[in-house]
Amino acid sequence: MASESTTAHPFEDAPNHVTPTVIHDPILTKTDFKRVGTRPLRPDGLDKVTGRARYGADFNMPGQLVGLVLRSPHAHAKIKKIDTSKAEKLAGVKAVITFADMPDHTGGDQSMYDILENCMARGVAKYDGHAVAAVAAVDAATARAALKLIKVDYEVLKHVTDVDEAVKPGAPLVNPKNITEGVEPKPTKPSNIAKRTEFGHGDVDAGFKEADVIVTRSFRTEQTHQGYIEPHACVASVSPDGTGELWVCTQGHFVYRNHCAMLLGMDVSKLRVTSSEIGGGFGGKTHVWAEPVALALSRKANRPVKLTMTRDEVFRASGPTSATSIDVKIGAKKDGTIVAADATLRFTCGPYYGMWAELGAMTAFACYDLKNVRTVGYEVLVNRPKTAAYRAPSAPMAAFAVESVMDELAHKIGMNEVDFRIKNAAKQGTRASYGPVYGPIGIGATLEAAKKHPHMKAPLGKNQGRGMACGFWFNFGGQTCTDINIGPDGSVTLTVGTVDVGGSRASLALCVAEELGVPYEQVKCLVADTGTLGHNDMTDGSRGTFSSSMAGIFAARNAVTVLRERAAKMWEIPVDDVKWEDGHAKAVGSKYGNLAPLSIKEIAAAAGNTGGPIAGHSEIVADGAGVSFATHIADVEVDPETGRSKIVRYTVIQDAGKAVHPTYVEGQYQGGAAQGIGWALNEEYIYGKDGRLQNPGFLDYRIPVCSDLPMIDTQILEIPNPNHPYGVRGVGETSIVPPLAAIANAMSNAFGVRMTHVPMSPPRVLKALEAAKNG
Amino acid sequence: MAVLVSTTINGDNVEFACEPNESLLDVLRNRLGLSGAKEGCGTGDCGACSVQVDGRVVCSCLVLGVEAEGREIETVEGLAHGTELHPLQTKFLEHAALQCGVCTPGFLMAAKALLEKNPDPTEEEIRFGLAGNLCRCTGYDKIVRAVQDAAKVMRG
Repeated sequence: MASESTTAHPFEDAPNHVTPTVIHDPILTKTDFKRVGTRPLRPDGLDKVTGRARYGADFNMPGQLVGLVLRSPHAHAKIKKIDTSKAEKLAGVKAVITFADMPDHTGGDQSMYDILENCMARGVAKYDGHAVAAVAAVDAATARAALKLIKVDYEVLKHVTDVDEAVKPGAPLVNPKNITEGVEPKPTKPSNIAKRTEFGHGDVDAGFKEADVIVTRSFRTEQTHQGYIEPHACVASVSPDGTGELWVCTQGHFVYRNHCAMLLGMDVSKLRVTSSEIGGGFGGKTHVWAEPVALALSRKANRPVKLTMTRDEVFRASGPTSATSIDVKIGAKKDGTIVAADATLRFTCGPYYGMWAELGAMTAFACYDLKNVRTVGYEVLVNRPKTAAYRAPSAPMAAFAVESVMDELAHKIGMNEVDFRIKNAAKQGTRASYGPVYGPIGIGATLEAAKKHPHMKAPLGKNQGRGMACGFWFNFGGQTCTDINIGPDGSVTLTVGTVDVGGSRASLALCVAEELGVPYEQVKCLVADTGTLGHNDMTDGSRGTFSSSMAGIFAARNAVTVLRERAAKMWEIPVDDVKWEDGHAKAVGSKYGNLAPLSIKEIAAAAGNTGGPIAGHSEIVADGAGVSFATHIADVEVDPETGRSKIVRYTVIQDAGKAVHPTYVEGQYQGGAAQGIGWALNEEYIYGKDGRLQNPGFLDYRIPVCSDLPMIDTQILEIPNPNHPYGVRGVGETSIVPPLAAIANAMSNAFGVRMTHVPMSPPRVLKALEAAKNG
Repeated sequence: MAVLVSTTINGDNVEFACEPNESLLDVLRNRLGLSGAKEGCGTGDCGACSVQVDGRVVCSCLVLGVEAEGREIETVEGLAHGTELHPLQTKFLEHAALQCGVCTPGFLMAAKALLEKNPDPTEEEIRFGLAGNLCRCTGYDKIVRAVQDAAKVMRG
């Protein structure tokens, strides 16, 4: 399915993430590198250690107002009336808006309508934190006072926040019009199941009949937040002539532009969006929330409006990932061959349709070569914030369930857990459980590396256990547009449209320097605003470095063509007699023996006389993002008195295809692992019976701090992706997938206790230990 | 009503007027153009707004602007001397101790305060010394290594 830039989807352009792309002609052209693989300083680093870098909240426009949002205190309530008259009369208030100020321009596009309704409730508040009105005032104090003067008349409705409660017959309906998709015949009654999806091949029932051992388990994982340190922030300015500007922290300013323009009824070309430096996103900044509201406020006030979410708002109204309930059944023969695998996955979506269980169902068994496999996903509507992508969305929960059962099964048939996985690992030519046939992949190599890793043989201390688990992520390519401009001094500007979330400007400059044959320092990589380049998809799906380096390399090749033409002109020889080598044009053939090579600088200096500015351009759909696999090893120490767990040693082994800047690849591995560790041990949304979120802050929603973690060892494997000129695969997401199961398996190995509920927080661990003690 | 405050920020004498209920963080960011300190939570839980007040590291979101009266404030903007970076800044760059970088100003100020008190900390002392600062990108590994390396340089 093609991705339409204006199509809103819970996981932007998600169909592309999951449609296998068949590449008939591998384009891998380079395996020996001079610059790629080195570790230079990042070009944006200095600004970031001196406080100069400008993030979402660090930008101001002349005459700007402060915007604030009024949010529902109820999990589910009919909005009978909103009286804004007193707020409007308060001195210093310049605009008050409700849904009436955000008319529906979505033209029947249900997913965009859902986004519109999520940005501003239309008649019904569907979760604690759902926006119901907003104000713009001359300062924050006035805006806060105005919010208190808005009177909302609610009729509280029955709510449901729990995934298993929501699928029970008779559960309160989150959307009374919801009829389950993907079920034949079509149900006649509404329910909280938005969609059913199924993947797999073979005959699962027949497969289980061949099994010597079968393990069946049910699991639950709680909802987590991406937890980026920078809250959402933007400055919006809409003029009466219908043009607008938006400064915003986002993972994809082109997509934000397209969505905001549609929701506001503006022409895409008239809204210019600039991405700020981004203070973390992890999928959570791929969706618009406050931005359309800020634009609507600015349009009404005819002044720029700055809107910054508080941390409380970030937790209550943005993010989070799904809460899940998963059943897994795997059967194997005594020799370790898996004969059948089956999983049913229920994932919360918040109040709106999503494809989160679908992604879970696709990824669940992706690591293995299975004859008979089936996964069924159910998208479950609940009165919680709309689910957003979170790093390898849905894969960690599915892997937690599957990898836990894999360990249990290995032990039941008396096999080492690594050997059991090696025996069943997917390889080149395997038909994946979600459909495609794999090309060259790294799951087997990461497992073999884990087996040989010194970590596996290191002694364990008292109350310590060791566990391992595998993880998979699709990776994504997507629409990408890149420019290269050669300056009059021969320096190179690389202009990309993918937001740099963690060092990609360095990686992209390395690739272009490699291709042009110039020093890294000679290439300056910029992230352009939406007025400067064609559409670029988000930095999601681990695509930033993969796709923009591919487009950058192609743009560099186009620039080299121009450079050769110009050199030919300067020498007055045929262009076919000019080659490009080591950053220089060289005349080929003995007849040109006395022509000294021309540098980029010399060619650029003459550009005015040879045809004008020298540039290279590339616009592509970066197909062929190679799938990604990892194996993790975790040592966990559990205090049997308190149930508190501590990670004492951790190792990440992952295939990078080609690590362009190995230090930042390591950083992705470490960061993903740390988020997975937080998820495994502490992080969860806690809802009260009233449907309100009880821990919307970093004190009570506890992400790992420095003293919670050990050093995180990394091992980068390089199994080149044949569909990228340098063999690159995305590396950003897979490392969050294995930790939940690796840690659960470590606890099981230490205490014989199988943890089936994440997070494995001290009370849950203590309960499990006591239950085990009491038989 | 606004209060007039005289203070020293990064060695410069500074006067500003602020509301009695305004945080030092808001004063720095909104009145003085010093946006290096970030608001990650506004409740003292994330450390992104860390600055030093009379040598002690504090969350500037939990300090009132009026409390700056007569004090010496140091922010990330004052860490480098001219074009010469502080060793912590250099080592954070060299070790890639930042990905998104939004927590970096707070980490630098907290690490500076830590090393002023304890020039030769163990890994555990670094980890506990920086436990008030949240980073969601790095897993802290490269941050700890950068601080260890900077401490070594600073000890000479």
